[in-house]
Parts: sequence; structure tokens; C-alpha cells
Amino acid sequence: MIHLTRRYHFAASHRLHSGHFSDAENRDLYGKCNHPFGHGHDYVLEVCVAGPLNPGTGQVINPRKLDKLVQESILKDFEHRNLNLDVPEFGDLVPTSENIVFVIRERLERNWGAAFPGAWPRLERIRLEETQRNVIELNI
Amino acid sequence: MLITRKAEFSASHVCAQPSLGPEQNSQIYGPAANPNGHGHNYVLEVTLSGDPDPATGMLFDLKKLKDVINAAVVEPMDHRFLNYEVSPFDTVVPTAENLAVEIWSRLVPYFANDARARLHNVRVYETSDLYVDYSGEDGGAA
Repeated sequence: MIHLTRRYHFAASHRLHSGHFSDAENRDLYGKCNHPFGHGHDYVLEVCVAGPLNPGTGQVINPRKLDKLVQESILKDFEHRNLNLDVPEFGDLVPTSENIVFVIRERLERNWGAAFPGAWPRLERIRLEETQRNVIELNI
Repeated sequence: MLITRKAEFSASHVCAQPSLGPEQNSQIYGPAANPNGHGHNYVLEVTLSGDPDPATGMLFDLKKLKDVINAAVVEPMDHRFLNYEVSPFDTVVPTAENLAVEIWSRLVPYFANDARARLHNVRVYETSDLYVDYSGEDGGAA
């Protein structure tokens, strides 16, 4: 089994504000991430796939097919966007890095079968760097 | 406990299968199939696992690990054209995946008789945005 990881970059803005709490509670909970007009990050997204080595191609996955899937499922909607306003999933969902990772998983899994119809490669891990110091990982 | 040592080497390669024509190879490998080759600054991370020796406080002598990586990988691969100069890439396509498997198999013998350290994982960065993990046939990379 081989794990291959590809890193992608997108710049986006967001504001952390939850409808479950009052304005004061939101300010207390999210601090400067609650500032009303939002703020941005250069996100780094790592998509890790697992699979057996194809002895013919010497590959686990065709990286260009993965690029196309990530481009169409994620980057085209996230790059240079306001996540709260431009990405429908975040209408009612706070775009914390945790929730962004869940949305990314859902989008990738929805389109995975069409791009990779066989049993392999499978999606193994999603890792999102909001900044160099804030990193979220989800093992699938 | 895991301990990781990093090394770098620069090499050129072509990703193409001799049994296929240029168009098919280009479909599979994209620009990496360019027959004249191209290069990367590869970054290698070698991870060992085990318990440190209570007396020395070390899992493995890091200087020795550097020497092992140099002898097994850097020396034979640095500033080489992998397809032409490094076995088995005259017949095996030097993708990052195959490179990780080959590096694993070159390193394993150095730790076969070590009382403490086991080779745990080999990570090969082909670029800063693409890397492969291999932990042997039975392994599952962390």
C-alpha cells in the first residue's frame, strides 16, 4: 500500500459567527475571527490517497485526475471567495477549519466514484492548514 | 517513538513505459513523459521507530543514520539521471511511488539486525506539493 499526498492552495475569506449564540457570546467565543467584515487566509489543502501500486504505470493514482477532481469539486468554488457568502454549505454552517474539512470530504466523496470508479485508490486523509500554526486533519 | 531524518538529492527522470507510444505516455504522465527528461529537488524523510536506549538516550545514532542515507540513497542518486544511471529505473518507471519503494528496499537491510530501531516509513517529496509515503508491504503509513 502506498500513500500519495498532493497539496493545493486557495485564498479565501471567512467570518466565524454562530447563530446559536448572542453577538457578545460570539465575540467571546471566536475573538478576532468574529470581526463583522471577515478576514482571509491562504489555505493549504492536502489530499492523501491510498492504494496498491499499479505495476504497469508505477502509480497509485493519476495525479492529474486527482487535480481535476479537486479543482472541480473544491478549488473552483473556494478560490478567492468569501466562504460564508459564496459557498452554499456555509449558509448556516460556521466555516471553521473543522467544518471546512467536513465540507471538503463530502464534496470529494460525492464525485470520487465518477473520477475513480474502481475499489482503489481511496481517499485516506484530508489535512487543512488555515495558517502555518493551525492545522486540522481528518482520517477518512 | 519515531525519529525522522531528512535528506535531499537532485535528479532527473522520464516517466514513460517503453511498451507504449508517446501519445499514451503523455496521457498517463503528462509533461513528465517528455523523452529528454526533467529534474526535481527530491526531499527524503526516513523515519525509524523503537525505544531509546536508556543509557545513551538514543533510538539510533543520528550521525550513523545520515551516513546510511547517504550511502544507500544520496550518493547513488544525487545529480543522476535516474532512468539511465540508477537501477532498477532502466526498466521500472521512476515515479515518486516507485522511487519510495526502491528507497525502502535499499534502506531495510541496514536495520534488519538492529536491536532497537526499525525502518518505519519512507517519505519522498517530488515537489513541495506532492509526496509519497511507503512503509513496506505490510505497513500502513501513519
